[in-house]
Formats: sequence, structure tokens, C-alpha cells
Amino acid sequence: MSFDVNVTGRGGQIAARFAVPGGVTVLFAPSGAGKTSMLDMIAGLVTPDRGHIRVGGRTLFDADAGINLAPEQRRAGYVFQDARLFPHKRVQDNLRYGGSDTRQVTEIANLLDIAHLLDRWPRSLSGGEAKRVAIGRALLSKPDFLLLDEPLASLDAARRGDAMNAVATIRHATRLPILLVTHDRGEAERLGDRIIGLLG
Amino acid sequence: MTDFAAGELGGIVRLSLLIGGTATLACLPFAFLLAWILARWHFPGKVLLDGIVHLPLVVPPVVTGWMLLLAFAPAGPIGSVLEDCFGVSVLFRWTGATIAAAVMALPLMVRAMRLSIEAVDQRLEQAARTLGASRWRTYATITLPLALPGVLAAAVLGFARSIGEFGATVTFVSNVPGETQTLPLAIYAALQQPGGEQQVWRLAGISVALSLGALIASDALVRRAGRGMHVL
Repeated sequence: MSFDVNVTGRGGQIAARFAVPGGVTVLFAPSGAGKTSMLDMIAGLVTPDRGHIRVGGRTLFDADAGINLAPEQRRAGYVFQDARLFPHKRVQDNLRYGGSDTRQVTEIANLLDIAHLLDRWPRSLSGGEAKRVAIGRALLSKPDFLLLDEPLASLDAARRGDAMNAVATIRHATRLPILLVTHDRGEAERLGDRIIGLLG
Repeated sequence: MTDFAAGELGGIVRLSLLIGGTATLACLPFAFLLAWILARWHFPGKVLLDGIVHLPLVVPPVVTGWMLLLAFAPAGPIGSVLEDCFGVSVLFRWTGATIAAAVMALPLMVRAMRLSIEAVDQRLEQAARTLGASRWRTYATITLPLALPGVLAAAVLGFARSIGEFGATVTFVSNVPGETQTLPLAIYAALQQPGGEQQVWRLAGISVALSLGALIASDALVRRAGRGMHVL
């Protein structure tokens, strides 16, 4: 399972080319270099101007061949920087949104230590809890790969530990390739199997 | 001039509620579709569509009524079809009053619904898509439930506007007691008669009470929407 990305977007402001095997790949760049846009392109939320995106040999986007899969067809488990939990659904219904059954929800909830939050509403969660639920929700949508956008940002020191453990847990418990972006060099070195610098 | 008989007064209120309720329900799906299109779609001619939808809000109601009369007259483009295919006419009928009320309420409903749809965070819709939801499932499970309080508030406002409709109605279907004479038209008729003040007071009181109730209901729904919670 590999990422093969070669795209130009936003009128040439963003460009990246990398081909990496599975494991955890960290895209490291200063704020404003277009890291989030890069993940949005891979997830299908932003259309690149040129190039191609292949994951595990499957073409998600190819400008020359006219291929541009809809976000729901890409099987990307995208954990946004802001958790983006659905405010009108309880935690368990957020987790179930991607189509998993109760057994799978229980399994992932135990893995991420959010089993005690299942009946809660998103607005009652702390930042760290919301992030773990968001990670769980992405995992439960049966993704082929994970996209993590600044998983430790906007969390205090204690909650950073929580989220860090969650990332380490899913890295070991699932064999999904992970593409993670961060502007923090320390974070990049702790979490990544390999680090790719993105030039702004 | 004597007072209205109690039955007559009740009849006027019932007719107003019937016309207002039917107009609102008939308007609801069109208004929501238009609001969704105007809020989320991008296409050439959107400004024009926006303008046409809002026309009844800015054109004198008498003009709107006159245009409806032209369209629904026996020789008019819609009236002739109704006459030929179904043998019916909406002129001087409560159905015509309902059409006038619906056309006048539509822009108000579209405006309110559009605002509530635009207030739904598009990042949540994106999240739903990445979780495997199609555009339509996202619309049904995320956009609609989150916009619902605003949609209901818009319906209440549309209802209040419908039962207050005067200019277009009187121009289009005239002032026929028991058929097109809703509260405002009955008030106007009472004002024309010497000694009709007492009826005017009574009818006006009912109008104010109905409108105030609708406004309070609408306001309560909007406040629920502000808390980001769905109402049902």
C-alpha cells in the first residue's frame, strides 16, 4: 500500500510529488504551506489543477485520464484538524455514520478509550475526547488509508499525550498507511516512519 | 349595521386558516428546493432566479395580483389549461386566494430557509462525504436536520404572511364572503360600512393575536437553531 502523489493546485501555489510505501508518512512544513490543501486534494474535497493521485495502485485522480473520484468513493479516513463531529448526533451515531455495526464500534471505542463517551453529545466533549472520537469515526468508515491533519494541534500538553497514544495505537492495531501533516518538527520525528518536507 | 354573527366570524377565521395553511404547505417543498439551490449551487443565471423569486416582495401586491389574474383568467396561459383539462377555475374561489397567498409568501420563506441552509457548516458536509456519504445522503442526514429549525421558522413566517395577504388576493380573486374573504379582506369590508368599527376591532384583534403567536413560535424555533440542535 503506497501513496503516489504528483499534483499542482491552486494555480501553481501548491505542488508536491512523492511516492512512499505504507507506514506513517509525515508531511512537514511551516503553517500556510498548503499542507491541509494537499490532504483535501487526496480526499477529493479540492480538485488539483494537474497531476495524479494514486493510493495502493488505485487511481483517485488523474487530470490527463479525466479521472476524479468523488470524496465518498475514495475510502479516505480523514481526521480533520477541527474534529468536525456532527453536533446533532451522539458520539455513537457519529462513530456509526460510516456504516459500521455495533461490534466494530465497540471494538474501536475500546481501542481509543472512548467507550464511556458513546451516549454523550459532541458539544460536551473535551478537545482530546473529540479528537479521539474523530479518529474512531474515520477508522470505522472502513478506509483504505488515513489522512491526519495536525492531530496534536490545539490540544494542551496532557491531551497531546492522549492523541499521540491514539495515533500510536491505530498505527499498531491497523495496518493502514497513514499520511499525517504537521508544522511541528518534534511531532514529525516522534510519529513518522519517514518525513517529507513541503516547500511553501 | 349589526355585529357579525358568531358563526360568520368563525367562518372568516376558519377560511383564513385554511387558505394560510394550504398556501404554506404547498409552498414548503418549492421554497426549500429554491433555498437549497440558491444557497449551495453555482450556475449562470443564479442572480436572475434570485430576482424572480423575490419579485413579489418588491413589486406592488396589486401588480402581482393582476399578473396572476392574467395567467389564470379563462383565456390566460394557465387558466385555459385548467379549464380545458379539469373544467375548473380558481377565480373568485378559495383556491385562487391560496395561490395568491402562496406566491406572496414564497420569497419570505425562501429568504429565511436560505439563511438557515447557509448557516450549516460546509465542513461538516465535507466530513460526511469523506465518510462515504453521497451528496444526497449528506443533504438528508446533515444539511436538512441542521437547517430544520430555520426551515420550520420560515414556514411559520410564511403562514403569518399568508393569512395577512390583502393586495394580490383582492385584485386576483376579489372579496367574496365565504370564499375569498379572509381576515384582512373582511376588515376592509367592515371599514367600508358605517358603524362597522366594532367588527374591525374584533377582526383586527384576532389578526394581531394570530400574527403575534406566529412570530413567537418562529422566534423560539430560530433560537433552538442557534444552539446547533435539531428540533425533533
